Amino acid sequence: MQRSDTLFRYTCLGGAALALLLLAGILTQLGMHSAPAWQHFGLSFLWGSDWDPAADSYGALPHILGTLLTTGISLALAIPLALAVALFITEVPEWLGSLLSHGVDLLAAIPSVIYGMWGLFVLVPLMQEQVQPFLAETLGLLSLPGGAWLLGEDGYGSGFGFLTAGVILALMVLPYMCAVMRDVFRMTPPMLRESAYGLGCTRLEVTRDIVMRYGVRGIVGGIFIGMGRALGETMAVLFVIGNLMESPAGLYSCGTTIAATLANNFAEATGLQQSALFALGLVLLLMSFGIQLLTRYYLSKRGENN
Amino acid sequence: MKTDIKISARNLNFYYGSHQALFDNNLDIHANRITAVIGPSGCGKSTHLRIYNRIFELYRNQKATGELLLDGQNILAPGVDLLQLRHRVGMIFQKPTPFPMSIADNVAYPLRLHYQLSRSELADRVEQALRGASLWDEVKDKLHANGMALSGGQQQRLCIARALAAEPEVLLMDEPTSAIDPVATLRIEELVLELKKRYTIVIVTHNMQQAARISDRTAFFYKGRIVEEGETSRIFTNPTHKQTEDYITGRFG
Repeated sequence: MQRSDTLFRYTCLGGAALALLLLAGILTQLGMHSAPAWQHFGLSFLWGSDWDPAADSYGALPHILGTLLTTGISLALAIPLALAVALFITEVPEWLGSLLSHGVDLLAAIPSVIYGMWGLFVLVPLMQEQVQPFLAETLGLLSLPGGAWLLGEDGYGSGFGFLTAGVILALMVLPYMCAVMRDVFRMTPPMLRESAYGLGCTRLEVTRDIVMRYGVRGIVGGIFIGMGRALGETMAVLFVIGNLMESPAGLYSCGTTIAATLANNFAEATGLQQSALFALGLVLLLMSFGIQLLTRYYLSKRGENN
Repeated sequence: MKTDIKISARNLNFYYGSHQALFDNNLDIHANRITAVIGPSGCGKSTHLRIYNRIFELYRNQKATGELLLDGQNILAPGVDLLQLRHRVGMIFQKPTPFPMSIADNVAYPLRLHYQLSRSELADRVEQALRGASLWDEVKDKLHANGMALSGGQQQRLCIARALAAEPEVLLMDEPTSAIDPVATLRIEELVLELKKRYTIVIVTHNMQQAARISDRTAFFYKGRIVEEGETSRIFTNPTHKQTEDYITGRFG
């Protein structure tokens, strides 16, 4: 009995240690391989915007901005959608709610390369033929101040670019956000809801003021989980982003993200370029860590207040 | 002394799906009196109370038939404004249910819902309500602290203050002290006695001493039926039904 417990204990310890070791190993590797790039460019690598293998000059800015922009677009689209879906699922009758839940969960089971193919063959033409004219003309965004910057001079694009990548990412992070939010909303004590209804609240008021406030930690947690995924997603973005090594110039412009650049260039890169790619990888990892830390910090702070 | 009938239940039946939980309940609730609803667990006390503000309708398979007259108007009839009904009939639950917001916002919440008030009026009404729930002195220095940080007894008085802020006519209390320690319970009982000057109160309790201490009238429920109801002093000293007597003398329950 005791011997099996000891064995069990060390197996678990081994697993836990392995996770930490792997993390340390990855960080070390990234650090070592990216060292030449850091030595060569210094911190200005972060705001350099060249990517010129001929001149051996590399900068991370277009990739960082592209990553932030696609992530930002995807969150702006996915957060309201995930909230609405999660609230709907928790308010409708049990059978319908669980049916919808399974449907949304299945979205997470679609491989990202499938999302990419779907994006290329369905979403890109749809964006070009329907969505972009709609935004420019029907909504009249083009005539607003800054509209020409956002949508380009004439308001038409190729269908590729940051907006399309953001839309795909939004669909991909939706199930993760939605699952977390749904579970939190379900945990609202029935008596709390009843006491709000008992004061004469409408359903909207109960949802907005009680359920969502009560679940604010879950909402934020879900958002950060989605953000973490959107930052690192590679394959689907690669199909539709256009893969230009340029900083974003509007929603329809083509560009790249850190993950897309890594996937596209690693096979051929050597020397300083390879090191620069490792440096980009390190930047992405640190961005993800930063988000993790922010989440932890926010949630622990909220935990004290409640 | 003349007493007005505030609420009148007429042949109330209640169903959870196909299971009937209440049978032909008839009960008069006197205005500005405390009516205690007693009986063993699962006999329908809470179910009966939850008809008074139609809170049961949040659940799809629950159904009430019969009439419930509030100032003579049948609130179970179609076309009744639920929001207004719940404005007039406040409810306190078995466990304190502070909202996830500050103490002041908890009390201000129903005010913002039902009235357009200026900042200073709002602050005044919040103070009034907190004083009315005898909580003001304990929280006046931390109005912006989270309501969930209070003790259980304070939380329940906060919920009473929140219910009072909406200026209801009737206060329903569903075992309001069942999750609270004895000292805090006494404070809430004193408060309830104070409140009957202005409100009509119906309190469900499984604590017979509590019913005897604070109520003017008592209704004894058993298996979904009202076995006996009347002046509390008479019910407790001279019950007419054997079941009532057995219950209040502690022979079952």
